[in-house]
Amino acid sequence: MSADEDAPAGRTLEGGQLVDHGDGREVVLKLRDVRTQFGDHVIHNKLDLDVFRGEVIGLVGGSGTGKSVLLRTVIGLNPLARGSIEILGQNTRGVHGKAEQRLLAHIGVQFQDGALFSSLTVADNIIVPIREHAELDEPFMQAIAALKVALVGLPPDTGDKKPSELSGGMRKRASLARALALDPELLFLDEPTAGLDPIGAAHYDELIGQLRQSLGLTVLMVTHDLDSLHAVCDRIAVLLDKRVVVGTMEEMLAYDHPWVREYFHGPRGRAALKQA
Amino acid sequence: MAEPHPTIRYVERGGTSVLEVGGTWTVFSLKGLRQRLDKARRAAPGGSKAAASTVDATKVERLDTAGVLEILQLAGGPKAEVKTAEPGHAELFKVVKDNMHEPPRPRHVDFLTHWLEELGRDLIDLGKQIANLCAFVGEIIVVFLEACLSPKRFRIGTVVQQMFEVWVKALLIVGVLTFLIGVVIAYQGVQQLRQFGAETFTVEAVGIGMFRELGVLLTAIIVAGRSGSAFTAQIGTMQVNQEVDAMRTIGLNPIEWLVLPRIMALLLSMPLLAFWGNMTGLLGGAVACTIYLDFTLVQFFDRLRDTVGIWHFYTGMIKAPVFGFIIAAIGCFEGLQVRGSAESVGQLTTRSVVESIFCVIVLDAVFSIIFLLANV
Repeated sequence: MSADEDAPAGRTLEGGQLVDHGDGREVVLKLRDVRTQFGDHVIHNKLDLDVFRGEVIGLVGGSGTGKSVLLRTVIGLNPLARGSIEILGQNTRGVHGKAEQRLLAHIGVQFQDGALFSSLTVADNIIVPIREHAELDEPFMQAIAALKVALVGLPPDTGDKKPSELSGGMRKRASLARALALDPELLFLDEPTAGLDPIGAAHYDELIGQLRQSLGLTVLMVTHDLDSLHAVCDRIAVLLDKRVVVGTMEEMLAYDHPWVREYFHGPRGRAALKQA
Repeated sequence: MAEPHPTIRYVERGGTSVLEVGGTWTVFSLKGLRQRLDKARRAAPGGSKAAASTVDATKVERLDTAGVLEILQLAGGPKAEVKTAEPGHAELFKVVKDNMHEPPRPRHVDFLTHWLEELGRDLIDLGKQIANLCAFVGEIIVVFLEACLSPKRFRIGTVVQQMFEVWVKALLIVGVLTFLIGVVIAYQGVQQLRQFGAETFTVEAVGIGMFRELGVLLTAIIVAGRSGSAFTAQIGTMQVNQEVDAMRTIGLNPIEWLVLPRIMALLLSMPLLAFWGNMTGLLGGAVACTIYLDFTLVQFFDRLRDTVGIWHFYTGMIKAPVFGFIIAAIGCFEGLQVRGSAESVGQLTTRSVVESIFCVIVLDAVFSIIFLLANV
């Protein structure tokens, strides 16, 4: 797919998709005219974003452009100043009680430092969302926990360990296992490979690719890892001037904006490109 | 039309029993599966013990890993043969089969073994704890002696700052509590001693009780709950944030920078607080005596001066710095024991308070024996 010449390719930042990537696919996450602010400080303004079913989309941006803020806003941890967010076809504004619970059961979140409950074992951490949202008997929940532990590539005895006994990389995997506990349709990852060694990070990317394939996940990940962007992301959303510009890797490489240029054509960007 | 529940049927096909599943097999739809399974087994050709290692999952409409896991468990494990209609489902079965292990072995230990194991562990932990505490006290003494040679290592600034926290800010609570206890003892004393016509001895009861035991003991318990716990929480949080490790790598001795100033602060603050507690306690007793005995304040203190020897006061004050030291040492020691998580800060803070109050009361008993032998 070549970049459409009529598409707003730079000068005036309109945001949105560089070309229409939809192709008739279902939109599982739809952001329209989103504005977030802390006091007078506006972080995002008139931000539009569509995430299609089954894709992995990487969210990048310079420090302080509000990548994590956007993620937190989408999952409802930050107030939305204006605009609308639709998750799986349901507007998140004014969703409370049972409906909110049902919606939350269909999304999974992996926080940057894992955010595993420190007083529970890994297996119990995975069981928490299952116990809350589904009614199953204890041995079967244990079996699901064991399955998820294996699924994210952790050794079987990890389930009995406390988060403080795990290494950083294992904690990230354990946290992914918890995010996957209910087989969510939509998965949010906050810097999943930050702090991992290159081998661990590559394995993690591979894992996300596999799980996306086999579980039919849709993934939105905040990342700074250019290798991850190359390896698993179908499209890339770049936060520029309080909005996002979305395109495939090729479109981004051709996109004319100083920050994007420096990001993808800088020494690290070139190295990652050469590898991919 | 999607069936919102999983369906199960055992059928006979070509001589083998086949488990036919359909509908929705997701983590949310598996509730009440047992009943459906029992019903399916009763209806099965093989009777209620029906089992099948072949699965026909072509009629399944929605599927997730939990559903796959359940189906495979029904079919006797990951080796079951599965026929699916959709490639996505086949993929899902493959993923789960690859990652299925033996169900987690339930580790059953009988009660006595478990209890003995726990007891053994606790005893070993206690031994280690005592050894560590001894090493810790030794380290404090070494650092203290070094600091005596070059006094700037006492970190006077930190000591003063800590004293503000543990002494000045504790004055109100210590004063109020000892005052109230003074009132209570005086009231009880008057009530009981009046039966012998000896109610004036209430003055001795209040004076000796406060000076020897209650003033310093109450103060120590308040300080343990207030400052000992704060020491553990402060140092423990620094431990969790790896601040203590950072200090070590910069070449700062945490004992010198964190522990010694706190111990010095409490060592100096405890006698001051205990003295203050004694005084407010006496005041409480005196006020109660003016109410219940028609004493004037002057009469109360005259009698106190005439009948309560100064050594009653000294015995209490001698204990104060010792209690201060032990509370601060335990507080800091437990803080440095924190490992890993925030949860451990909470656990060790609790432990620090319990241990320091325990030690204070045991030491108080030891002091009683010493003073008895020394005849004071």
